[in-house]
Amino acid sequence: MSERIPAQNLSFDERVERDLNNPLLRTNFREAMDFLMDKRSSRFTDDQQLQDLRNLGASIRKRALSKLPDLLEQMEVKLRENGIRVHWAETPEQANQIVLDIAQHHGVKTMIKGKSMVSEETELNAFLEQEGINPVEADMGEYILQLAEDKPSHIVMPAIHKTKEDIARLFEKNLDECEYTEDVDELIQAARQELRKVFHGADIGLTGVNFMVAETGTLVLVENEGNGRMATTVPKVHVAMTGIEKVIEYLDDLPPLLTLLTNSATGQPITTYVNMISSPRKGSEDGPEEVHLVLLDNGRTIPYADQEMRQTLQCIRCAACMNHCPVYTRLGGHAYGTTYPGPIGSILSPHLLGLEETKDLPSASTLCGACSEVCPVRIPIPDLLRRLRHEGIRKLKKGEEAVIRGHGTKYTHTEKAAWLSWSKLYSSPALYRSFALSATLFRGLTPSKMKGWTDFRTSPKPSKKSLHSLVKQYRKQQGGAEL
Amino acid sequence: MSELFVNAMGDNNQQPTPSLQKKRAYPSRPEAVYLYGTCLVDLLQPEAGLDAIKLLEREGIRVEFAEQQTCCGQPAYTSGYDDEARGVARLQMNIMPEDWPVVILSGSCGGMMHHHYPKLFAGHPEEKQALKFADRVFEFTEFLVHVLGYQPEDKGKPETVAVHTSCAARREMNVHQTSWALIDSLSSVTRITQDHEFECCGFGGSFCVRYPDISGAMVNDKVKAISDTGANRLVSADFGCLMNINGAFEFQEKEMRGTHLASYLWERIGGDDL
Repeated sequence: MSERIPAQNLSFDERVERDLNNPLLRTNFREAMDFLMDKRSSRFTDDQQLQDLRNLGASIRKRALSKLPDLLEQMEVKLRENGIRVHWAETPEQANQIVLDIAQHHGVKTMIKGKSMVSEETELNAFLEQEGINPVEADMGEYILQLAEDKPSHIVMPAIHKTKEDIARLFEKNLDECEYTEDVDELIQAARQELRKVFHGADIGLTGVNFMVAETGTLVLVENEGNGRMATTVPKVHVAMTGIEKVIEYLDDLPPLLTLLTNSATGQPITTYVNMISSPRKGSEDGPEEVHLVLLDNGRTIPYADQEMRQTLQCIRCAACMNHCPVYTRLGGHAYGTTYPGPIGSILSPHLLGLEETKDLPSASTLCGACSEVCPVRIPIPDLLRRLRHEGIRKLKKGEEAVIRGHGTKYTHTEKAAWLSWSKLYSSPALYRSFALSATLFRGLTPSKMKGWTDFRTSPKPSKKSLHSLVKQYRKQQGGAEL
Repeated sequence: MSELFVNAMGDNNQQPTPSLQKKRAYPSRPEAVYLYGTCLVDLLQPEAGLDAIKLLEREGIRVEFAEQQTCCGQPAYTSGYDDEARGVARLQMNIMPEDWPVVILSGSCGGMMHHHYPKLFAGHPEEKQALKFADRVFEFTEFLVHVLGYQPEDKGKPETVAVHTSCAARREMNVHQTSWALIDSLSSVTRITQDHEFECCGFGGSFCVRYPDISGAMVNDKVKAISDTGANRLVSADFGCLMNINGAFEFQEKEMRGTHLASYLWERIGGDDL
């Protein structure tokens, strides 16, 4: 789908129109999300156990965040003791520059990449290409997207919007010695052969991180394809890149979070590979000669400063919220126009990008709660969406500091006035009584067209009498005894 | 779907249906209750409110209908207009002062009062009042099952019913089970489950007019899932969802119209013939 119009050129509504009206995309996402939901629920058959585990997961993440500055400091000391070099980046540009400096220092031309959503966030590939370095994605989904010049539509299954046929055509066009086939195993083998060559020639490997353990200075990376293991062991240099919020306090905190992550994400009890990276190569053992960790802020300290919004950072990126979201299921990930789509994206992206850029995201939800019901670390996503709506239409009080960039960006006098009148009407029994009376008396005048609503439904028609009137009449019939 | 990634993961299992669980404490049978009709029932489906009153009275409960009631405040609250929501919410708390249960004809408005009033008034003078009030709020089916232990005597003809439970009924109030329990206790009624029964119908308050195409896609799928059950009737204890679903049924020129559960129960026990 490389013919797709770049998301940034379209408004949210235009992207919605484009993707909602793509029947293949709709069917594919529905089927894929159904599959992932079934996988997850097949693993969590004992509800009490699941709720206990979620409580534990939430408490581990809350504890880590409550000590975040200390834990980051402690972790940095440990990592350095272990021989891992730590770099801090406030912005995506700084993070990219750090990676470039490391690569240039080693005279690297090709970088092999494991899956890293943070490198998507910083648009690292485009930056490196400009600087003459060739990044090659080694995660199968990311590899497909790189060939197709496309972007992830899901944070765990980045190429979930691609059909088998899309991929067959793509490989036929781009890979040597790959003929058109719809045999999935053959397609994977073809890509693996190509990637194997790159692994052998690459001098630097870049990956994301799932968890960082402050106690031991360990970087934890889970994956199913082995590309993460390769990218962190074959090249001479390994660069890990992640957000500052991924730190946990103790090694003992890890097992429950891993259980929650893999079962929530793909219904797997454990991933095929669990990489725990604690140092560069020691003596003559294998492994990279250098390990670097790039820690990115990029706006994460903004929600951190607010107790309620801070819960956004509890996320362990399992994507269960998108798999269960009725809006995401119908749109797919690209309509959101952000690196992180779906419910978690709608509460995280406004902090990373500001509310002006993302003003539709908090509103484009029914607040149905399917996301928070499955969130393994109990992020109250609907509450946070509502809070962002509130911050989007609120004017700051005197001397008050904004809790988010683009605060008040959705404020309009018209809408404020409308809600004020609404509030007056429903706060006054007398006003409401006359409103209800005219609505029922003049029910024939109810407009048959109502913007948006009547594209799919008939307009609701008031009853002949309100419940208030019916009750009064009924009490009269009863003889007024119970008035 | 990108089968490359999911092929290897094995077969699916269905989630088991949970048994009837109480997730909050319930009072003993009260002498009286407040009936909270909700703004949508008031103007669009008032018969449901009246049927609920008659049904409760038949069970020997005195029902007070506070005449000054308007709306729970949810539309403003979910749109982020907290001050405006508080003004409306304050009125509802003040007009039902007795220590009686507030029985509410919607899981969604129930969720607003039971879950969100305490948050809305946190740090405000009414904080304690809101907490006490929230504790008294029970959704209609929840009250019938858990407080009254209600067992309807079914006098209707055999039929099949699809039940729609609202997202708030399921996820905020845990009362989807009590809707099911009431339908299941009707001896001649068979409840039929729908495809994606736990999925939102796409109403979402102002969502349905702000993002009409997404909402439309959702309600169209819901209508199809309900139709595909082949059930004779659709029943729900949430009129917001029913307004959405019924509007889509009518738009598509289909016969089916959902009935509020209060009216359906009243009909099944032959309430008007007594």
